[in-house]
Amino acid sequence: MTRLNPRLRFDAYVVGAANRLAVTAARAVAESPGSVYNPLFVYASSGLGKTHLLMAIGHMALEINPQLSVEYLTLDEFIEAFHAAIAAGQSEAFRHRYSDTELLLVDDVQFLTHRREMQAELLRLTNAVLTSGQQIVLSSDRPPNEIEALDERLIQRFAGGLVIDIAGPDYETRVAILRRQSEERKAVFDPSVIEAVASLPIGSIRELIGALNRLIAFQAVSEAPLTSTEARAVLARTMPATVRAAPQVLPATPAPESSPAGQGPAPAPSPAPVTDSPFHLGGGDEFGAFLTEISSAVARQVDAWRGRVAEAVVRWEGEGFRTVRLQRLLQGEAPVDPDAALQDFEEDIARLKVLAEEARELDAEVAGKPAFHDPDRLAEAEAELGRAREGLSPPPGPSPLWKIEEFAESATNREAVSAVRAVFADPGGHYNPLVIVGGSGVGKTHLLHAVGNALSRPGMVVACLRAEDFVDDLIKAIDRDRVAWWRARYRRIGALLLDDVHQLAGKDRTQEELFWLYNLLAEGGQQMIFTSAHPPEALEGIEPRLRTRLEAGLVVELPPPDREVREVIVARLLRDKGGDADPDLAAYLAARPLESVRALQGLVQRVMAAAEAEGERPTAGIARQVLEGQPAGPARRVSSTRTSGLLSPTGSLRSREKTIWDWPDASDRIIEEIR
Amino acid sequence: MSLVNFTTREITCKIVYYGPGRSGKTTNLQYIYGRVPEARRGRMVSLATQTDRTLFFDFLPIDLGVISGFTTRFQLYTVPGQVYYNATRKLVLQGADGVVFVGDSQARRLEDNIESLQNLQANLLAQGVDVRNFPVALQYNKQDLPADLILTPVDLDDALNFRGYRSFPGDAVRGSGVFETLKGISELVLKRLAAGGAGAA
Repeated sequence: MTRLNPRLRFDAYVVGAANRLAVTAARAVAESPGSVYNPLFVYASSGLGKTHLLMAIGHMALEINPQLSVEYLTLDEFIEAFHAAIAAGQSEAFRHRYSDTELLLVDDVQFLTHRREMQAELLRLTNAVLTSGQQIVLSSDRPPNEIEALDERLIQRFAGGLVIDIAGPDYETRVAILRRQSEERKAVFDPSVIEAVASLPIGSIRELIGALNRLIAFQAVSEAPLTSTEARAVLARTMPATVRAAPQVLPATPAPESSPAGQGPAPAPSPAPVTDSPFHLGGGDEFGAFLTEISSAVARQVDAWRGRVAEAVVRWEGEGFRTVRLQRLLQGEAPVDPDAALQDFEEDIARLKVLAEEARELDAEVAGKPAFHDPDRLAEAEAELGRAREGLSPPPGPSPLWKIEEFAESATNREAVSAVRAVFADPGGHYNPLVIVGGSGVGKTHLLHAVGNALSRPGMVVACLRAEDFVDDLIKAIDRDRVAWWRARYRRIGALLLDDVHQLAGKDRTQEELFWLYNLLAEGGQQMIFTSAHPPEALEGIEPRLRTRLEAGLVVELPPPDREVREVIVARLLRDKGGDADPDLAAYLAARPLESVRALQGLVQRVMAAAEAEGERPTAGIARQVLEGQPAGPARRVSSTRTSGLLSPTGSLRSREKTIWDWPDASDRIIEEIR
Repeated sequence: MSLVNFTTREITCKIVYYGPGRSGKTTNLQYIYGRVPEARRGRMVSLATQTDRTLFFDFLPIDLGVISGFTTRFQLYTVPGQVYYNATRKLVLQGADGVVFVGDSQARRLEDNIESLQNLQANLLAQGVDVRNFPVALQYNKQDLPADLILTPVDLDDALNFRGYRSFPGDAVRGSGVFETLKGISELVLKRLAAGGAGAA
């Protein structure tokens, strides 16, 4: 906003016949803003005092009511402020600011030419100002209907108030202006000099004062007072040829009115001739009046699309989207199909919203990128989202060590194994979820990972992890405020295999997340397999809604290994340890009534360690000595043998936490075995 | 006829003056012709008999200039009022965007008015036009005649305007009501722009 120039008041405005009407109207507006002549549209050629008049209105209104909110600005400033507000996403604030102003003075509106978006904005502002009874005063170097490509609705609005021109001043007024200026500059001229200057065909007050300034400068260095002849000679040397020549010529291009020299009228360019535009016909001209009304009706109907587009601009800007495409529409002429253009834009916005939502789940930072707010950068937003998707590390997958071929199958576990095979054949279609129930060490984890490996294929993410790790992963995500990201990772998976689901007992938040994840995966037909130490109905600390979901598929039991299974396992373990296995040893170990594969592995480890300690090959005899208490030589503390048997199928230690370092003596072991 | 063509940026409105013979349709056009600046009007084509009865039709093109970027033209037609020229009326009515029904206010012509109005509706229906939504304005012409010879606009509304069209009293010879009627029908026609309405088939 430009501050009101304190010099540009009514008392410094020389009133003559050519501007009396405009000044009277301006005073009336200043005395009672909003109640008469609203809007007041003043037009005049450059340099005839429009800016002075606008500022004088502002000063007088403020003198009468110092509380009045008054804003003076040029159209350029208005445009600049509008663009800045748009760029800052503050367009609503911009509108409020100006529509709340009680006296708005807008200078140089002729620059609205071809600025459709600003015309729409000014129309909205004018409507708002008029509706709320506030005052708007505008100035231009030409009447509204001569501003090229000006919206007819604006013309109508302006015509609804008072459109008034300031003509060039007559000779007497020019003399009065020159005298006043001379007095202000404390320059004394012979009256004939003033009259000589006033008689020159100078087109604007600005030029008139410029001429006076040259004379003041010339007189300052002259010894004798300037005569009228000398004055004419000075001005003839320095003035533009067009002014020196007799015809009155006005600058073709209006210059911005910023000089404080704005005064009353200047020599008289006659007002621009009114064209045969419909808006200047009227009165007794029936056809003119008809044309005016029809033009207005056509403009309303044809430009109805502009209203719709302008509304869309306001709406989508309000939601933070860039509307450059729509603004280009407004700037241009009517598109072939404005509604289709608007629909395309809104479809792009809808797509952007979808992309942004997904991006927000993956990474809020990505969703905040400008491309997600610009329908013209839809492809860029798609690419950003693609990168965000790729950047997601998948949840832990199955261990490749466990293979289904290595799972010892027998009559007792056939039900579970065949259920697993059915899942291979038709993931998500059969037995979803599949719940494998069994005691510790019976091979649930082996089976689970084996399924995971069988399901894994390019493009298919299989999450296979312990329930405890699932909980830990969520806790970390909560801790880092990345729950949405955590969810997004799991929502992308093709199968969820969760080991030891009973470990979720009491973990309410994890159960909540698993519940929603379960629903999502079930809806998408993704396979889910859970292992549990207890059947779902016996799980404690698990919410009923989750428990019932676990029961919804197939619950199979994986029993302790029978002799057949044990034989296969023992043979494999012995072979892995030391080549050819002693058949008696294998038969002996397989005959031991053990509840878990893990215990069986422990036995083999112990026998192997004992044999190694004695420097012999493992035999059934050594095994008997170790397992039944018969002498087998001094025991050695070999850490690799003192395990609970928690070994991977390859024999390496899997969990140090479960390793028992101080193993009980042999008698204890025997008691354990008898039990 | 396409009323608004965004591609060629043209608006063309075809308005047909309809009514019984000697009701003043051609007089309406002549009055308009006389008020339109020369630069804005085309040649008025009028095929008339020696007794000034419209034989075929009158045609007055008016160029309203460029409005909102669209070259806007009005084409005003009259139809021959005599009953036996119905084929011509149908032809002229084709593609009309709106109709001004010029009624004769004389009491003795009421039946002619009714007959012509019925003929208009029949012809519009024959062209597949929904007369309930089609822009029609009524002009009760010759309201300047002695009061004992004519019906008042209220009486004429009662008799003719059961659809509630906009109606205007008129004196086409002196021009009273002529532009009001044209303005009225034009507004109705232009209102259909927003709805994408088309003219008569």
